[in-house]
Amino acid sequence: MSRTASALTPALAAALVLASAPARAAWDLNLPPPVTPLAAQILDLHNLILWICVVIFIGVFGVMFYSTYAHRKSRGYRAAQFSHNTRLEILWSVIPAVILVVMAVPSTVTLIEMEDTTRSDLSVKITGYQWFWEYEYMDSGYSFYSRLSTPREQIENRAAKGEHYLLEVDNELVLPVGKKVRFVLTANDVIHAWWVPKLGIKKDAIPGYVSEMWAVIEKEGVYRGQCAELCGKDHGFMPIVVRAVSAAEFEAWLGERAASAAGAAETVTETVTIHPGAAVSDVDSTVTVGG
Amino acid sequence: MASIDTTVSHDNHGDHAQPYGIMRWLTTTNHKDIGTMYLVFALLMLLVGGLMALLIRAELFEPGLQVLDPARFNQMTTLHALVMIFGAVMPGFVGFANWQVPLMIGAPDMALPRLNNFSFWILPFAFTLLLGSLLTADGGPASGWTLYAPLSVQGGMGVDMTIFAIHMMGVSSILGAINIIVTIFNLRAPGMTLMKMPLFVWTWLITAFLLIAVMPVLAGAVTMLLTDRHFGTAFFDPGGGGDPVMFQHIFWFFGHPEVYIMILPAFGIISQIIPTFARKPLFGYDSMVFATAAIAFLSFAVWAHHMFTVGMPLAGELYFMYATMLIAVPTGVKIFNWVATMWRGAMTFETPMLFAVSVVFLFTIGGLSGLMLAIVPADFQYHDTYFVVAHFHYVLFSGAVMAMMGGAYYWLPKWTGHRYNETLGKWHFWLTAVFFNITFFPQHFLGLAGMPRRIPDYALQFTEFNMVSTIGAFGLGIAQLLFVYIVVRCIIGGERADARVWEGAEGLEWTLPSPPPAHTFTTPPKIA
Ligand code: HEM
Ligand SMILES: [Cu+2]
Ligand SMILES: [Cu+2]
Repeated sequence: MSRTASALTPALAAALVLASAPARAAWDLNLPPPVTPLAAQILDLHNLILWICVVIFIGVFGVMFYSTYAHRKSRGYRAAQFSHNTRLEILWSVIPAVILVVMAVPSTVTLIEMEDTTRSDLSVKITGYQWFWEYEYMDSGYSFYSRLSTPREQIENRAAKGEHYLLEVDNELVLPVGKKVRFVLTANDVIHAWWVPKLGIKKDAIPGYVSEMWAVIEKEGVYRGQCAELCGKDHGFMPIVVRAVSAAEFEAWLGERAASAAGAAETVTETVTIHPGAAVSDVDSTVTVGG
Repeated sequence: MASIDTTVSHDNHGDHAQPYGIMRWLTTTNHKDIGTMYLVFALLMLLVGGLMALLIRAELFEPGLQVLDPARFNQMTTLHALVMIFGAVMPGFVGFANWQVPLMIGAPDMALPRLNNFSFWILPFAFTLLLGSLLTADGGPASGWTLYAPLSVQGGMGVDMTIFAIHMMGVSSILGAINIIVTIFNLRAPGMTLMKMPLFVWTWLITAFLLIAVMPVLAGAVTMLLTDRHFGTAFFDPGGGGDPVMFQHIFWFFGHPEVYIMILPAFGIISQIIPTFARKPLFGYDSMVFATAAIAFLSFAVWAHHMFTVGMPLAGELYFMYATMLIAVPTGVKIFNWVATMWRGAMTFETPMLFAVSVVFLFTIGGLSGLMLAIVPADFQYHDTYFVVAHFHYVLFSGAVMAMMGGAYYWLPKWTGHRYNETLGKWHFWLTAVFFNITFFPQHFLGLAGMPRRIPDYALQFTEFNMVSTIGAFGLGIAQLLFVYIVVRCIIGGERADARVWEGAEGLEWTLPSPPPAHTFTTPPKIA
């Protein structure tokens, strides 16, 4: 019994910690709000299958819990001895099959659309490295690296953590809204995966492979994501930040960047050296508890 | 046979030279002793793996690095999974098979007793090697239990030690599986036809075939990894004409059947428990057998659902989506059968039944999230996030591990001759069930909100649910000390159990005294 008490103590402690957590408390329960048509379709699909699952679950376990309540020996219930019912068994094989078809149809439609990378307006090549990303606008050839910009002090608990802790980079990927952007993915060393939840796209970046995906961003804004395939020590420290701007703004930005890059190669090298080898974990960080 | 109260040492007919002490355990060929060793080993590994999990959860309690540096963190996630899968769950089930299969089919022992001893004693060496990797200069394996190339080609000697450990575990599993198949096919008592076998025996028979089919595939994958690492081959190196994605295909051709290896025996255990405490025969025995076979068969044809994001052709994605969804049908049949078994039974809720009912309930949550993961466009969002972590803990912890705990409570009185403390058993159940859900349910939300798996640190928006999860994990871990206490107490002593143990128990094992003498069914029982 004393063990129970000891098990509950951390729970109480935690309740206190949680109650005192700052107001930013994010108790999000679902996929983030989509900003591309595909992400919106995925959200609908997710909600559809989730609710189908919830209904099935409540149905089956409604029956089960009714049974555990009503068919108890302690209530004097005498056990029936049936062990077969062919009609029932056929029914509960066929009905799930039908439900599966209902789920499969919209999934197939969405999937076919997702895999159609034709007729794009511009292409961006994404290359994964241990542990940062390279982006190349394939039409102009302009490319740059993008690395984590969160200061090491924050990670090691020696400074207060900023709002976009671990989800901020030195050079954001700038994209135009309303255009079909085709992403071409590959990697230089090990497998990484490029994922921005609000865009609804995730794909592995694999050395020796070139894979594709696409997005039409409908709303201007900053969208954040992370590498989603374990790629070694600093896998947790290679975020993705996409800044979506109007088409005109984008053209202006790219024109300026590409021109200065062509004029002076320093621009590129400069961006590379801002956070040389941003390997966060080189420093011993095993002791500072709680910081 | 009449010696109900004699202890094991009084009862070794003919076996006069049986050694004592450590030599007894080293040299034993008795299925009961070997079963016990497997189970003790599995429990030990559950605690070791659990400790690693707590280190992981401690690091993830709040943002920032506190407990583990990122390299160690990756080693912990990798070893936690390998220890739990190959050390706790698989040997645990083999332990149950060793004890129960001969007792349930009326056989005097396993068919190949020396092989049985060998397959167990490989394991301590394999795990010494695996855990020893942590002591090497570059630490243990850090590429996740999936060992994806080319990441796993990096890393130091720890990876090689892991590869050899996996080879050894594979040999152990294959030998164990051969033994089980041979026993079931050759040593059933007269009249024990295949379709009369208890469902636990059926599920293990099918599991054993899965093991023999896929463990060599894993051995092949890690061997290619080894030669890529040291002998200049380039199976998985695009620079040499190899293919990193091929590793994933081979791995998951093993990996998906592997997840069924870890759940089918659990299905078997709860198919024994529920009829006992419902005092009613299992509903749909034949369809249970066929559903198990169907699941096993389909499990060979769905592997790439773990790889939807590698960029397969559309046709491939569609095929693997449909095939994976199909598995939900036989899985559903099983769940409906369990509920129908309970329906209009006369139920009581001793600890084994509490575990069995909650396995049905919680496993289904994992099954349904599995169905969601099968939907490819949605999986693009879920893949490699905490949503997947939640999914597989609902099927593996509240499926496989909790089924084993239920099975332990169910058969402990038979094995030890003592009843465990029922009050403490119920406490253990409720603590486990509640803390399990506190730990893993919030991980669904974390995944949906965008938290990738296998990261040592995270953005601020994930803090709250991670805190809840860590608290649950420590509660869950502490609750298992209670389990150890209950089991040890039950082995040492307690109220005497009679042969039947449970009022509603049916089957050959309940015709034997509790504990059974060292040698049982030396003359085959008569089956009605
Ligand atoms: C209804 C049945 C099931 C379906 C449809 C299903 C489906 C899936 C899918 C599609 C994934 C890949 C998710 C991803 O990585 O994006 C997955 C992952 C996983 N499933 Fe299931 N699953 C089912 C049952 C089970 C069972 C019974 C187990 C084990 C007892 C299991 C264990 C796992 C594990 C361990 C992973 C993660 C592997 C990893 O990446 O490390 N699943 N499941
Ligand atoms: Cu990564
Ligand atoms: Cu699978």
